[in-house]
Amino acid sequence: MSFIDYNLPVLIVIVPLLGGLLSVLWGTLFGPRRDLSWGWAMLVAAAELALVLKMVGTVVDSATGSVVYNMGSWPGPWGIEYRVDYLNAFVLLVVAGIGAATILFARHSVHDEIPHDRSHVFYGVWLLCLTGLVGITITGDTFNVYVLLEITSLTSYALIAMGKDRDRRALLAALRYLILGSIGASFILLGIGYLLMLTGTLNMEDMHNTLIAIPDLATNRTVLVAFAFLLVGLSLKSALFPLHMWLPGAYTYAPSAISAFLASTATKVGIYMAFRFMYTIFGRHYSIEVLPGHLVLLACAAAAIIVPNLSAIRQTEVKRLLAFSSAGQIGYMVMGFALANEDGMTGSIVHLFNHAAMKGGMFLAIGAVIYRVGSAHITDLNGLGKRMPWTMGAFSIGGLGLAGFPLTAGFISKWYLIKGCLTAGYWYLAVLVLFASLLAVIYVWKMLERIWFTEPDESTAHIKEAPPTMLIATWGLILTSLYFGVHAEFTVGMAQKAAAFLLEVTP
Amino acid sequence: MGVELTPLLAMAIPAAGAVAIALLGRWPNLREAATLTTAGLLLAVVLGLANQELARGAAGGNFGPAFSLGEMIPGMALEFRVEALGVIYALVASGLWLLNSVYSIGYMRAHHEENQTRFYMCFGLAMASVMGIAFASNMFTLFVFYEALTMTTYPLVAHAGTPTALRGARTYLGVLVTTSICFLLLGTSLTWYLTGNLDFSVEGVFAAGVETNSISSGMVALLYGLFVYGIGKAAVMPAHRWLPAAMVAPTPVSAFLHAVAVVKAGVFSVLKITVYLFGLDTLKGVGGTDFFIYAACFTIIAGSGVAMFQDNLKRRLAYSTISQLAYIVLGAALLTPSGIEGAGLHIVMHAWGKITLFFCAGAVMVAAHKTDISQMKGLGRKMPFTFGAFAIASISIIGLPPMGGSWSKWYLMMGSLEADKSWIVWVLVVSSLMNIAYLLPVATNAFFLSPDEKPSPDVHGDHGHDDHGTVAHSASGIQEAPLLCVIPLCLTALGSFLLFLYPGPILTLCQMIGS
Repeated sequence: MSFIDYNLPVLIVIVPLLGGLLSVLWGTLFGPRRDLSWGWAMLVAAAELALVLKMVGTVVDSATGSVVYNMGSWPGPWGIEYRVDYLNAFVLLVVAGIGAATILFARHSVHDEIPHDRSHVFYGVWLLCLTGLVGITITGDTFNVYVLLEITSLTSYALIAMGKDRDRRALLAALRYLILGSIGASFILLGIGYLLMLTGTLNMEDMHNTLIAIPDLATNRTVLVAFAFLLVGLSLKSALFPLHMWLPGAYTYAPSAISAFLASTATKVGIYMAFRFMYTIFGRHYSIEVLPGHLVLLACAAAAIIVPNLSAIRQTEVKRLLAFSSAGQIGYMVMGFALANEDGMTGSIVHLFNHAAMKGGMFLAIGAVIYRVGSAHITDLNGLGKRMPWTMGAFSIGGLGLAGFPLTAGFISKWYLIKGCLTAGYWYLAVLVLFASLLAVIYVWKMLERIWFTEPDESTAHIKEAPPTMLIATWGLILTSLYFGVHAEFTVGMAQKAAAFLLEVTP
Repeated sequence: MGVELTPLLAMAIPAAGAVAIALLGRWPNLREAATLTTAGLLLAVVLGLANQELARGAAGGNFGPAFSLGEMIPGMALEFRVEALGVIYALVASGLWLLNSVYSIGYMRAHHEENQTRFYMCFGLAMASVMGIAFASNMFTLFVFYEALTMTTYPLVAHAGTPTALRGARTYLGVLVTTSICFLLLGTSLTWYLTGNLDFSVEGVFAAGVETNSISSGMVALLYGLFVYGIGKAAVMPAHRWLPAAMVAPTPVSAFLHAVAVVKAGVFSVLKITVYLFGLDTLKGVGGTDFFIYAACFTIIAGSGVAMFQDNLKRRLAYSTISQLAYIVLGAALLTPSGIEGAGLHIVMHAWGKITLFFCAGAVMVAAHKTDISQMKGLGRKMPFTFGAFAIASISIIGLPPMGGSWSKWYLMMGSLEADKSWIVWVLVVSSLMNIAYLLPVATNAFFLSPDEKPSPDVHGDHGHDDHGTVAHSASGIQEAPLLCVIPLCLTALGSFLLFLYPGPILTLCQMIGS
């Protein structure tokens, strides 16, 4: 086994960590060089993606479906353990893929939106944020989760605030996110603290084994409090209705590339954490059967697919509209995993991937519009299909995906989600899911009509198609979503295995 | 038998045509040549498929071999097989697409429409979806292409981009998508959840479940309702609102899509799921279709009733379509062999008749700029071919000999008698009378009444195109639409007549349905 093969899990965290630090260091020592910073970040992101792809391959090839890495060769509950199974390999793929696509996109967009002397810091912080996200996903240690969560949060506040040169409201949005995000993180820390107190361990697997051995588990108040803290904290982090109010502002005013990056990764990792805590640590028996924790989540998810989608219809700022739509789509993901059956969870996990690709692509397309037009008000879209046909083509396909039309990835997730609802006996949730996709049709169509069926203004005659790097990144994501809408065997296969793994392994 | 033609080819041709059209957008003549070549090729392939199917039928088979595009999700393949009902639908669609393309070229150029490349491209894509629907071998595939047809035809309805067009297109999309997502998709996934099988077969997917009582008959009836109302394209009232709204589209779109491709996709799907997803025997045992006999009869009468009071010709034709589509739904819901045959025949007969009527409406619009029936008095002397064809097609729609429409009506009546529901015959008779009342006067008024006001004398002495694209024959007083518009409508009218004389192959195909 080569060095890289052996140390693959930890390299996935170390590469962007060092890459980010080096970016800042180099820029501070030798002066900011925008293209150099971008090139370096691109290199790191590409390397990261390559490592993650290798990791996914390793997991798929492994006999048990999970790969364990002991930090510093200290084994299990004593040392820090990285544990990669189908679920987090899949989420890692989402994070690294989106990271590479958005950084590729960022070259022109950052040129436009971020002052020259801060670009090295920007890319450095971005890579650190990526570190945090992959770190949370890969680790098997709860305290690691907390630390890396803080890294992710702090860096994303900074990244959002850097949108201030385009719009000063970015600062306020970042502050709001900071306050709510910190509350969420504290809740998570408290939850982990209670669990540590009870079990005396921070290792997830060990924690689970100790927890289920507690004789009065069903009535234990401490476990209940820990569960409640974690549930609220994680809901805040993953922007589950009604705790989603930080999200629209944050996504709207962040720099274009960052909107796409965070929209496709941050909340997804939040939902991943919820999966882990509910199924791997507390276990299905406790979360679902002892506590009807899933009922709370189902109720929130049902509200989430309706209320934010309704708000999305009213929005006139395209990024804000997409942000509300994201808050709605989170409802689908949470609903799927709260159904606690294989189809529902498959739908949820596969939607993590599909939504990241579709919404990431749409945010990138809107980033390209901002780069060319200067703003992304809904009236700016008038006739834009004539001026930027490729960008708008990608945007439209992404939109159809959000509405869940067949042959797009969105349909695949919806199909499994509905089947999950029916299997669990909640036929009215299935109806609700279908109804919510009609809401998506409405807000998507509001934009498509303007893009394709309105004649453009003469004043927009100078607007050209977006530069190639932007188009490649956008279409890369959109084509991914199309491909996995027609041949979903890989994504659904991974999701099904992950769902089965979570349901089987943990009693 | 030689090489087995694949239904995949029938989908690939129009899809490739759409790409060619997009690439040739800068050279209109080449672009139109691409459309016509594609349509011709497609027709040839579909005729080949029909021949193979007839040969298979003679040998006692019905289903061709399955061709898969691969599994979309594990256990769910996009799969296609040739089968008699699908062949009928594909034949109608591809045959009329060729004629419609000729007509479109004449119409769109005479009307100086914009965005023509998008127009022809979407037409090609819509045809690819139609072929997907026609040859789908499971409900999942059918649903996928059903939605694809909605998506690809939306740009055609919204083509003009005016607020009225957008509003109409919104209704179009709204009704079709709402019904398909809320009912059809729910019905499909419920079926998949209950039976684990969505393949079309003669027994249907519920037979085993109903036999062992694991699926109640109420559930089957409910599912049937979800499907029939979920297929909004069949325009069973009250899901019919989209059809008049779609009349904002350019006339070739109304003619082809809203008399042939889209609405027939709807009734085709209803027939297909009745015969091959539920199975006639299962439905008979469950008795869930009685409600739809009443719903269809209501739509037949109410559609005709509304049509009588429309002055806008295209709207009148739209309501007439709603009424005629219900004949097919009725034929399906009767669950008798003659009913199914009549329904299959009516897909063909109505398509040829109604497309002629729409072609005529468009020709009048291009040549005389008239849209309302009250303005068309006396126009028949100027446009004898157009109104002559209109009269012939009207007779076919009414269902009188010597036109093709009489065959389907005959079989539908037989079907009602087989089902011991003789009152339906009266419904059909009343509907025919109503058809006479609202269709024939259009032609007779045009021929026999004199115009209300004197039209301004035409100053063009030459036989060239004036600025409205009309061909002026000042000597004879004939002022027809461009030849590219007139020839197709004469051909389709002739088609209605030929279908009366030679219904043989179509009838054979219809008899193969469900066997």
